[in-house]
Amino acid sequence: MAAPSDPPEERIDVGVLIVGAGPAGLACAIRLGQLLEESPEMAERLGEVPVAVLEKGKSVGAHLVSGAVVNPRGLRRLYRGRGLRIEDIPSYGAVEHESVYYLTNRSALRIPTPPTMRNDGNFVASLSQLSRWLAEQAEAGGAVILPETAAQKLLVTGARTVGVRTGDKGLGKDGEPLGNFEPGSDVTAKVTVLAEGTQGHLTGVALDRFGLVGEDPQVWALGVKEVWKVARPLDRVIHTMGWPLRGGRRYREFGGSFIYPMGDDMLTIGMVVGLDYRDVELSVHDLLQELKTHRFVRRMLEGGERIGWGAKTIPEGGFVALPRRLHAPGLLLTGDGAGFVNVPALKGIHYAIESGRLAAEAAFAALQPGRTPWTPGALASYDDSVRRSFIHKDLEQVRNMRQAFAHGFLMGGAMAGAMTMSFGKFPPTNMDTHPDAAVRLIRTRRSASYPAPDGKLTFDKLSSVYLSGNKTRDDAPNHIRVRTDVPAGVGRLWERMCPAQVYEVAEDGGETTVEVTPSNCVQCGAITAKGGRLTPPEGGSGPEYTVT
Amino acid sequence: MATLVFLEHHEGELLKPALGVLSKAAELGGDVAGVVLGSGVRDLAATAGAYGASKVYVADKPELEKPLPQPRVDALAGLVRDQGFDTVLFAASVLSADVAAGLSARLGAGLNWDLTDLVQQDGTLIGKRPALGDTVYVDVGWNGEPRLGLIRAGTFDPKESGGEAEVEDFDVGFEDFSLGATMVEQAHAESEGPSIEDADVIVAGGRGLGSPDNFKLVEELAQALGGAVAATRAVVDAGWYPYATQVGQTGKTVAPKLYVACGISGAIQHKVGMQSSGVIVAINKDPNAPIFDFCDLGVVGDLHEIVPKLTELVRQRKS
Amino acid sequence: MKIAVCVKHVPEGTTHARIDPGTMRLDRSGEGAINPFDTHAVEEALRIKDAQGGEVLIVSMGPQSAQDSVRKALAMGADAALLVTDDAAAGSDLVGTTNVLAAALEPESADLILFGQQAGDSDGAVLWAAVADRLRRPVISQVAELTVGDGKVTGKRQTEFGYDTIEAPLPAVVAVSDAINEPRYPSLKGIMGARSKPQRTVSVSELGVDGGGIGEGGSRTSVQALNDPPPRGDTVKIEDDGSAAEKIVEYLAEKKVV
Repeated sequence: MAAPSDPPEERIDVGVLIVGAGPAGLACAIRLGQLLEESPEMAERLGEVPVAVLEKGKSVGAHLVSGAVVNPRGLRRLYRGRGLRIEDIPSYGAVEHESVYYLTNRSALRIPTPPTMRNDGNFVASLSQLSRWLAEQAEAGGAVILPETAAQKLLVTGARTVGVRTGDKGLGKDGEPLGNFEPGSDVTAKVTVLAEGTQGHLTGVALDRFGLVGEDPQVWALGVKEVWKVARPLDRVIHTMGWPLRGGRRYREFGGSFIYPMGDDMLTIGMVVGLDYRDVELSVHDLLQELKTHRFVRRMLEGGERIGWGAKTIPEGGFVALPRRLHAPGLLLTGDGAGFVNVPALKGIHYAIESGRLAAEAAFAALQPGRTPWTPGALASYDDSVRRSFIHKDLEQVRNMRQAFAHGFLMGGAMAGAMTMSFGKFPPTNMDTHPDAAVRLIRTRRSASYPAPDGKLTFDKLSSVYLSGNKTRDDAPNHIRVRTDVPAGVGRLWERMCPAQVYEVAEDGGETTVEVTPSNCVQCGAITAKGGRLTPPEGGSGPEYTVT
Repeated sequence: MATLVFLEHHEGELLKPALGVLSKAAELGGDVAGVVLGSGVRDLAATAGAYGASKVYVADKPELEKPLPQPRVDALAGLVRDQGFDTVLFAASVLSADVAAGLSARLGAGLNWDLTDLVQQDGTLIGKRPALGDTVYVDVGWNGEPRLGLIRAGTFDPKESGGEAEVEDFDVGFEDFSLGATMVEQAHAESEGPSIEDADVIVAGGRGLGSPDNFKLVEELAQALGGAVAATRAVVDAGWYPYATQVGQTGKTVAPKLYVACGISGAIQHKVGMQSSGVIVAINKDPNAPIFDFCDLGVVGDLHEIVPKLTELVRQRKS
Repeated sequence: MKIAVCVKHVPEGTTHARIDPGTMRLDRSGEGAINPFDTHAVEEALRIKDAQGGEVLIVSMGPQSAQDSVRKALAMGADAALLVTDDAAAGSDLVGTTNVLAAALEPESADLILFGQQAGDSDGAVLWAAVADRLRRPVISQVAELTVGDGKVTGKRQTEFGYDTIEAPLPAVVAVSDAINEPRYPSLKGIMGARSKPQRTVSVSELGVDGGGIGEGGSRTSVQALNDPPPRGDTVKIEDDGSAAEKIVEYLAEKKVV
């Protein structure tokens, strides 16, 4: 957080600045475009660039990973009265059938689909691909999208957010300027909307410095997924629980897998595990590889070819982990960054879109003549509208589900069932959430059963990082704030946890240290949940996802 | 088929890759002629007969003294038109690529490059070439004549057929613009070893070396083999060797005739930088290292023992 | 000084490049970006402009999406752009592409025309020599160091035998190698300013190029078939019993690499 430092004529001034070209940020940009079209005087007042969207990935969608089965509700509201047809939205088709299975290492038992997981009316999509379509829409509405641009610092004067400072480019390993050094710029705006997604860098700063943190700390899960070309079409959306996760309470392995058809010749398969697990040997990437060896899954992939891989964290704290306020003078928080994810339903995209839309409306209202968005409370209408929206209603109803699973799968399942039946009334209060980093670690021989990569069905981490399109330059500064002199257990935890093999435990004469290879990093955010801190590296680096 | 092969020369000798293309052309059949362009090169021309040319055309002109492409385009364009060649082949080099491209524009003729084989298929000439980082092989053809082909250097080996070639001089009309570029100073053989991009042999070191001092083993083997030294990302990151020698996705891509990988695991980030090498030899003490899946000769053992012995044997062999 | 730089919009990322078995052509439907080799040419042009003044014109031939690459070059600091975009030109071979580019460049009367050293998508490293011939200008390729002044260019050309120093009078065509410079990052101001720089789009017929010679139909080369790469052959794997070094030398001798 800092005050603007560029001389005024060097600063770039925009009307509304949106950080992040994901579903929340782009929905915000689209809605603003709609409002400005109806209000040309406002567009004039916002200057040459009324709406700008900063994106740290090489292009829109480059850093987006999700399942995804999308609830069209958010998009319908965004395009209400504008004749949006479902066929206009890039998707892989409506969900026609779905099944939930409980897996053991040998079998797959079909269990009734929990009501929170029903997907009637929803469609399968690649979030990366969907965002490119949203970006086109946003640009058609006048937004300027700036990829390869990382927002490094929040610019504030007093308590008022006035914009962001973008990251420097062309720095060497030790932070020294290289031949093509290009300093970042101050981008100032009347309203700044943070739509950074999970583990948002500036969002974290804002929550902390503006006292916005909710009653319970946020907790995260790590998702690792692959996209496959397949020989036989998959006819249904599948979710699994159980194997390869261990249900015993001491392990705290909460999560499951998803397998979604993508048209007739592709599917996506992913593993999601809460980061409050306790076994240092747990590796979500390797659990995914192991999952694929199950008879039930292997059959689906036979004759196929892996064409995509990605990893990202998902905020799982739900209702109790939401910030206590979603705005500050000149600032709005949206999407996954604010924690709008419904864990039992595995949905967050439509909430992101709705929150982006509501943020646009609040910003627009606060920019009307005679009003200023930076007076305290000027943007409070955003909080009100979110509280009245389906985002809040849904999250409140399922508020204790995730926390119940800390008690183990069977117990958690029973409790979750009771919660669903009672529409959130059981238990009457909120269950505690413990920060992921505070769990007591154990060590088992879990890694013994991870399959050795065969390059056809199962793959190692490095070839997966390669498939993500990651070509980050090796001489860039290390963007991960982490101590390398940690106890062996923590080092081991990180080594297994990281899907991109960024951390490796090295022995140096009896002492263990952690070696960090930041250029492998796919910016999933897991390290921030477990004792380190991910900051945005040079804009344009990291993965280049296209079908995730 | 009436084929003309461009015979590049350097310091008084016809280049081996060019002679290799000539031998291949002879194998494909039809009339095969060579062309030698330069100043004071008539003697060179006759030697081409031994490699399959029935005739060698020579243009011995001061304008052709320096290895510049454009005067050569003038020479070849005229020759091809006058003699009616339907196929013109080049062994790829910095010079010949420019000549072939210029000729393609001059004659409006199709040019296929980076060919690694030429075959006759159903009475037509088909070229074969790798594409997309060597992940797919493509059959390419030509529409119309003459057909121009640039063959990857070193694809074909010269075969002596012991024939004799008739040598014929021909005249060249030079365009004004072709004589615009002039050679101020010509390259001379470098005293140090080749750069890794040009090297025929590369010896590379990875983390398995154990310490930066052990790069000495790599350097000595490279020297014995007359090759260059390369390094993996991991050791460059650790500061053991300079970034300029890094081979891999975020470093250089190389395709030498021989690549010796010492203590390198073979992660894909490294593999994509060297997978097109002719012969890959890997020495690693880990039998499960991924490099053993794509090398030609995999040696499971201690490189600290094997590499010095290897260096010694190579030196003995060469002396 | 007027410098024209030819840039190409290529499919993004080698991991996703594929040839469409239906059309036998590179699948250009996904994301694309400016050919990384061309950014060195843009950078060199900008350095000359920074030192001596003048203007830098970006010239590109490609689909509509090539606007992205052109804009990147404008964001770096180029002054204007000319994009030749025409469905008829898709699938053009070297001669077709040369005809189009030469027709686009001729009326611009640039003092210097720069190219990057190869196209990442087709690995072709030859276009500039063909364009230079069509424009009837001297050409220097593989230039690792360039000086411009007194109505001429001097380039250090990288060859198999070392470096040649070659001089040519302007107007000239030069292809620069990626060793020549480190391309600058566009500043945010540059990116935002790119949108308002003059960008013209023309079709092939507007350039007066004969439609017969371009596009896939006019191509003088063709892709006949796609095959898997020839197998490397089985890996010979041995364990060192003390004689590994000898075995290696034997193997190398057999393969004729030593």
